[in-house]
Amino acid sequence: MTGRDPLGRAPWILVVPAVLGAGVLLVPLAAMVAATDPRGLADALASEAARDALWLSVSTSTAAMLVSLVIGLPLAWLLARVDFPGSRLVRALVIVPMVLPPVVAGIALRSAFGRSGLIGEPLLDLTGFAFPYTTSGVVLAHVFVALPFLVISIEGALRSTGSGYDGAAATLGASRWTTFRRVTVPLALPGIAAAMVLAWARSLGEFGATITFNGNYPGTTQTMPTLIYVARQSDADAALALSLIMLLVSVGVLVALRDRWLVTA
Amino acid sequence: MTLAARLAIPGRLDVEVDAEPGDVIALVGPNGAGKSSFVHALAGLQHAEGSALLGGRDLLALAPQEREVGVVFQDQRLFPHLSALDNVAFGPRSRGEPKHSARAAARTWLERLGVAELADRKPAQLSGGQAQRVAIARALVTDPDLLLLDEPFTGLDVGVAATLRIELGKHLADFRGITLLVTHDALDALTLATTVVVLDSGRVAQVGTPAEVAAQPLTEHVARLVGLNVLRDGDRLRAFSPAAVTVSRHAPADSARNRWHGVVRGAAPHGDAIRLQVTGERDLIADVTPAASRELALVPGQEVWLSVKETAVTTYDARADAASD
Amino acid sequence: MRRGTPVVATVLVLSTLAACGTDDADSLQVLAAASLTDVFTDLADQFEADHDGVEVELSFGSSTDLAEQAADGAPGDVLATADRAAMALAEDAGVVADPQVFATNMLVIVTPPGNPAGIATLADLDGATWVRCADDVPCGRVALDVLAAAGVDAEPASLEEDARATLDKVVSGEAEAGLVYATDAVAAGADVASIPIDGAEEQLTSYSIGALDQAEDGDLAQEWVDLVTGDEGEAALAEAGFGPP
Repeated sequence: MTGRDPLGRAPWILVVPAVLGAGVLLVPLAAMVAATDPRGLADALASEAARDALWLSVSTSTAAMLVSLVIGLPLAWLLARVDFPGSRLVRALVIVPMVLPPVVAGIALRSAFGRSGLIGEPLLDLTGFAFPYTTSGVVLAHVFVALPFLVISIEGALRSTGSGYDGAAATLGASRWTTFRRVTVPLALPGIAAAMVLAWARSLGEFGATITFNGNYPGTTQTMPTLIYVARQSDADAALALSLIMLLVSVGVLVALRDRWLVTA
Repeated sequence: MTLAARLAIPGRLDVEVDAEPGDVIALVGPNGAGKSSFVHALAGLQHAEGSALLGGRDLLALAPQEREVGVVFQDQRLFPHLSALDNVAFGPRSRGEPKHSARAAARTWLERLGVAELADRKPAQLSGGQAQRVAIARALVTDPDLLLLDEPFTGLDVGVAATLRIELGKHLADFRGITLLVTHDALDALTLATTVVVLDSGRVAQVGTPAEVAAQPLTEHVARLVGLNVLRDGDRLRAFSPAAVTVSRHAPADSARNRWHGVVRGAAPHGDAIRLQVTGERDLIADVTPAASRELALVPGQEVWLSVKETAVTTYDARADAASD
Repeated sequence: MRRGTPVVATVLVLSTLAACGTDDADSLQVLAAASLTDVFTDLADQFEADHDGVEVELSFGSSTDLAEQAADGAPGDVLATADRAAMALAEDAGVVADPQVFATNMLVIVTPPGNPAGIATLADLDGATWVRCADDVPCGRVALDVLAAAGVDAEPASLEEDARATLDKVVSGEAEAGLVYATDAVAAGADVASIPIDGAEEQLTSYSIGALDQAEDGDLAQEWVDLVTGDEGEAALAEAGFGPP
């Protein structure tokens, strides 16, 4: 990184927008840090609501990431490796939740899993269980928004490793399941890890679908973003302090994972 | 166990190949002739119509996993996350052998290929020749009835390829199954094969022993591969060696039949001689001594006359079925 | 032509932005609590009819959000909030001189039509799946007071970010009951059944309005305040379910 680049200096026509890009991302965060009262930060950290919400955010995001992996990895594999009728349509539909406004995602979840929803109503009649207002409901909402990110990035990883090794494994007598386990997944592992981090991060920041579908109750459904949103109604400083805590936790986790996984992806 | 394969990929390939146990069939032909497609279709990695009876089983009716063919790929396709040993043990393991005995078998084959000391290395830590040895071990460890080698020496250094070719020859001599070798190299075909199948535009253009094909090639491509000039004369072909060609700056005064006017397009050392590529009414190659090359100033762009004595020309039938008698 | 397109697009975007920045001299910008949407929209038509050439621009949102924006000096002529705490934000920032209380609202219980859970009083909420506003938002503070006054200690399933979100949970059938403002119940019409709460009238929430310091035309802003606090305003507010100040 030090010394002259043998290819010559980076041209300003690229450097200027690049600096602008970094600025757009970093200045608001820096301003938020600057605006936070350190005492408020200590208070926020000490509050039970904040610790509950932080724990709930981290645990539901982790659960959502794992659930997404269990159902998303096979889906990504299917899209990347199996030529089935309508695969293009499925691929297009899978990413729709990425562009849905979060509130719409919440309404869609409610239509399916709400107490009078398509699946929710028979589920409630059969088992007495309903997703809304439960931590499982939070995980469900997180999965709904995080899964598309996981699926398309794993699909990309699977495509970039190519099917040549799968073919080689087949000629050696490996069944498709063995090939998936012993060849496909190990080769795509960096991409899969990056996809998991992406899903976790998306899930951690998820707010709109969760609050629409699950509401907000401390310890059960109140995640950090929901707490920040509600706190902002009454105490902007507390909301700022909570935001900073969330920022620190997410940056901490992402940096810790980055060196290990994200760079190699 | 015999092989009777008739494979068709509509618009691309329609090829029939028969082989007896112990046969090494070399598939030669220009790029796009269908050599690799044929091999991939036999391995089950590409869809094809027809049938491929191997000891009575139709391979085409089976999934690739069930065909029990060994494949050595042009780019090796060693699993990058597994050691050389585990790459070779992958086949036996996938066929249900316990880890221990699979590894023992893998070690034996790495030893046979002379790379036992590299067992713990990952493919990225192997040279091209070493990786190809591991790939050959991986294909042979499962004791396949049919071994498919897709340009196994492409991309290797000349010296490495030469050593490996000799060694592969030894293993193939011991191998009781049928080997199909896709190659670009006349040397592979001539030294390793018992039968040469020449493909052109998805069809079989010639079948014969290496000696027959080398002496009387039916296609321009094989003529070039074996270093012969071949001219079509009605339904007869006339072949002559580049060493038999006389090169001069002026039109020779004698016999008018075997002489052509052309322009030198390329000149490169070939053994002790300089081999000239000449284009004109015919595309021909001619070998001259370095001294003659200097004296006549045979540089690209130079106009020349080529001639050959009638006694140096072999004339034979142009039909594929007549070549192997 | 291909090269020209992005330039044209850029110019268009910039000129659109510029247009947003220039305030029309004959417009009145009203920042109002979301619960005032229906009433203020009707009053705006009337105001425009009475003032030739004046256009009323209504901006609805959470009272706290709007008060914060006004305190930050955001463009606006009038601020109307759903509680006094939000208005106090603007007063403390010195952008509103002396706000007036112009309406009140009180809590009611709403249930899905037909009241499937058979809720009649606050005490019936115990054991039901019910929702209210979060403790920190205005409607939540009122709900806490009302529940405390009635001596009811029932656990809600969710603490919603505002009254509309609370109502939405009931309308969609995800909650068996909710505590919302009387005006929300009126606005929801036949989508909910409304049950009055004994003693709710003791815990009224007060709507305040005031002309903003940054108003372009202070007189026009005051005329809007007068319309809202006058007879016509009172009638419209009453029809929407608001109580008198």
